[in-house]
Order: sequence, then C-alpha cells, then structure tokens
Amino acid sequence: MRKVDVIGIGQTDVREHWARSLRDLAVEAVEAARRDAGVERVDAIFIGNMAASSLCGQANLASLVADACGLLPVEAVTVEAACASGGAAVRAAYLAVAGGAADRALAVGVEKMTDLLTDGVTSALATAADADYEAAHGASFVALNALLMRRYMHEHHVRREDFAPLAVLSHQNALDNPRALYRQPMTADDYARSPLVADPIGVLDSAGIADGAAAVVLSATAPERRSKRPPVRISGSASATDTLALADRRDPLHWTAVGHAAGAACRMAGLRPKDLDLFELHDAFTIVTALTLEACGFADRGTALKLAAEGRLARDGDLPICTLGGLKGRGHPVGASGVYQVVEVVQQLRREAGKAQVKDARVGLAQSVGGSGSVAVAHVLQI
Amino acid sequence: MELPRFHRLRRAYYRLEGTACRACGAIAFPPRPACAACRSADISPHLLSGRGRLYSFTRVAQPPRGFASMAPYAVGMVRLEEGPLVTAQLADSEGEDLAIGMPMEMVTRKIRDACENGLIVYGYKFRPVIRPDGSPSGALDPRPDTRVSDTRPGTSAPGTEP
Repeated sequence: MRKVDVIGIGQTDVREHWARSLRDLAVEAVEAARRDAGVERVDAIFIGNMAASSLCGQANLASLVADACGLLPVEAVTVEAACASGGAAVRAAYLAVAGGAADRALAVGVEKMTDLLTDGVTSALATAADADYEAAHGASFVALNALLMRRYMHEHHVRREDFAPLAVLSHQNALDNPRALYRQPMTADDYARSPLVADPIGVLDSAGIADGAAAVVLSATAPERRSKRPPVRISGSASATDTLALADRRDPLHWTAVGHAAGAACRMAGLRPKDLDLFELHDAFTIVTALTLEACGFADRGTALKLAAEGRLARDGDLPICTLGGLKGRGHPVGASGVYQVVEVVQQLRREAGKAQVKDARVGLAQSVGGSGSVAVAHVLQI
Repeated sequence: MELPRFHRLRRAYYRLEGTACRACGAIAFPPRPACAACRSADISPHLLSGRGRLYSFTRVAQPPRGFASMAPYAVGMVRLEEGPLVTAQLADSEGEDLAIGMPMEMVTRKIRDACENGLIVYGYKFRPVIRPDGSPSGALDPRPDTRVSDTRPGTSAPGTEP
C-alpha cells in the first residue's frame, strides 16, 4: 500500500443555508479544496452523504457532483454509512490512492437538511436505526440515545448535570471557529434549563441539524512535488461495525465498533492512544462522547465525565476533543461531518486553526460514527 | 408500514416469536437465521414469555412521521427473562411511574398512526406489571406469580397461525 497525504482541504460554513442547494454546497467545498491543493483534476471522487434521497429527493450524487464541479468523466461514487458517511468517503478515497487505483482522489461530504420540517428530518435520520425493531416502534434517533444516557446514569450513578461540561466545552471551542453553526457561549446553567427532547437528553445535549459540505484532496506521497501547503500524512485508517439495533448489543453501553476502529487506526499508525494530541470525536450527543472516550480506552467505564470536569478535554488539556466545536458546536450536516473532522485535524496540524490552535499538535485522530455506534470510521493524521 | 413487510413481521410483532438455537439453547429476539452465540443454523421458532424488567426508558417529545397520534409516548428497552433486550413503546404508563428494574409484561397494541394504505399496525408494547390487588409493582418487587391477563393472541402451539 502506498503512503497517502492530504494535500488540500475545503469547507463551507455550517448554517441553515436557505439560499444554497446541495449542489452549491458541494461545489463550494470542492473548489476550495482544489484551490488549496493547487490541483485541477482528480482520478476519483467519493461523496459522503447519508440522506439526500429523503431530504432532497436526489440520489446519484456521483454524477451530480462530478458534473457540477466540471470534472466529467471522472469516476465517482457515493459512500453511505449513516452519520459516518463522511468518514467512510475519506476511507474510500484513502484506499483508492493507497491501493494504486488513483493517484489523486477527492472525498467530499455534503448534507442539505433544512428543506424539510422537523418530522421529515427525524424520519430520514431514523433510517440509521433498525427499521423493523427500532424506527417502526417510534424510537427516534434521539430516543435511542436517551435510553443509553438514562442507563448510563443508572449504572454509573451520575446525574444529568454531570454531562454539562461536555456541552459547555463544545460551545466554548466553537467560539473560535468562524465556520461553526453556534458561536454563542453556553453555561452549565443554560444546560440545566434547556428543554428536554427525549429525557434525559435536552436540546443542549444534541448536535444541531444544519447544511454544509467539506472536502479533502488525497494524493500519493510525492516528495518532489512542491505544494502550496505542507502535506499531512494519513498514517492510520480503519473501520468497524457492530449490531444495527441497540437491543442486539451484548452491552449497549460498550461501543465496540468505536473501540475497534480507533484502535486499529492507531495501531496502523504505530501509536498508542496517549500519543494523540487531539481527538475529533463524533459528539452527536453528550452521551456519545462519554461512550466513545470509554470505548477507545481514554477512561474506565463510568468515568469519562470526570475527564471533562477536570478540564483534561480542553484545548490546553492532555486530550483535547472537539477543538473547533465538534458536531455540537460546529453543527452536524450528517454526511459531511466526517470530512469536517478530517479538515479540522489538518488545520490543527498545519497550525492554521487560529485562536482554536492546539499547541504543538503533531498527531490527531478523527472518528466518525454511524447509527447508535453501529459503524465507526477512524483516521490518524500526522505531520 | 408496507403490506408485504408487515406480513413478514407479523409473528414477531403479534406473538413476540423469536428463535431458539437447538445447538446451544440461546434464545433470540428478533428472530435470526443463525445463532448469534454459536453461529449454528439449527434454529427453531420460539415464543417468548413477554415477561421482563425495564432496562431503560425515555419520553419522546418530537415524534417521527407516523407517530403524531401517539405523542407524547414513552419508549423503553426491556430485558426479557429469556435474555434478549427488546426496544418498544411502553403502554399504560404516564411515564412518571417508570423505574429501571421494574417488572414489565408484553401487551399487544396499536403502534402508530393509521397508514395511508389502510393497514393498522398492531404489535408488542410493554407495560408495568400490575399486582392482582391492582397496585403497580415497583422496581424492587419480585416477579409476581401470575400475570393479570394473557393478552397475546396465538398462544396455542407454536407454528399455528394467529
């Protein structure tokens, strides 16, 4: 397998982009990534998107993106792994380059969620769950995560308020990300008073529905190439699955796919988890952050919330997470989030994160999770 | 809910029919073509008892499409006495009286709004077990000796049509 670098990144703001279509968003991110990479053509495009069929009445994004970006007749395909679609698209692009099928590949994650009302979006997102044994019973995606949060609180004797530091951290970090959806600070008091969506999950536990697109250009390592920006190496790439339905897990609070993917990516990179300088994790809900940190071995079962309370997850802590706001602060255009995570790790490693910069960041982990921990894709990047 | 799909699901939805592995004895719900524990394909249909304990619960404030008429409703996971966990709406409860660990029993109820194709979807839900004197059993009560009523259709020999 060849070595693969990220040679260009691009992203749109994450917003309710009333005036912009899915096509507009994808083109903006792709153009930015191509400019950043200093390249015009690529050998393959991998689109990360979960739900354009439901949300926009549009499938066949392969052709849509290739055409809109002026790249015909390039090879292109959409990769879907629920909310991990973006990470899965990056992995597909990585495999194409590492395996020699492409010298240069583009991964673009895009999701346009705001054309439908809430019930339509909720239904589209529910397709990430088990259709017959979860969604068909009215167990919305939020409800499934609420079941986990309540069970976690019961087993580990924590209260809802103990999750507040995670929510506060994401919003604090997003203040320094001009691309982020939410750029107002949030206090533990705001958290305590936030309306409940499916108890104990409140509005402020949850990543927001929004529109956005992010793109990366991957290239086979070429030492002689002069590029506008320093290349960032993808030193680890892995993916893993778990049962689709939460009720089919051996232990619903133990997210083994998340652990397998992160562990395999770190092993491939020759790293131990403590070597990481930052972790862009999939904080769709505060409970997911807690379960992810425990599954990846950063905290013993039931103790992840202590890391937040002790400030160890802040940008100046020993395991910075969600350094530009994460899904919660940045917003969560589902199929795009996995690519935003990789873009942000690259910004950190290139020292281009501005006020959000993590000091001396040399190696970062980005992990995208689909469904309720049913599929996970992880990438380790380093300079 | 589509007609052919509901036809395939009827045994699981109406009867809580899962599968039992003849090789290792593991019981599964939902039914599986091969045993998750030992991978044997030597499996047979198995009617679960419908008794279990509440593993977790939540009250849904923003229902997805097709559940507006049910709102607000509680959803939970129940640890069935045979071992599997099942996700379902919780019935006969305001949601305030629920506690993890409380004994639950399966009932058959309408699951969602009427479908445009005319289908009325019935299936399993779980309610807190009521003691014979009418009082609700709490989280710490041992399982009662008898259930108040057997509301499950098709409780004759396995394999017969409901």
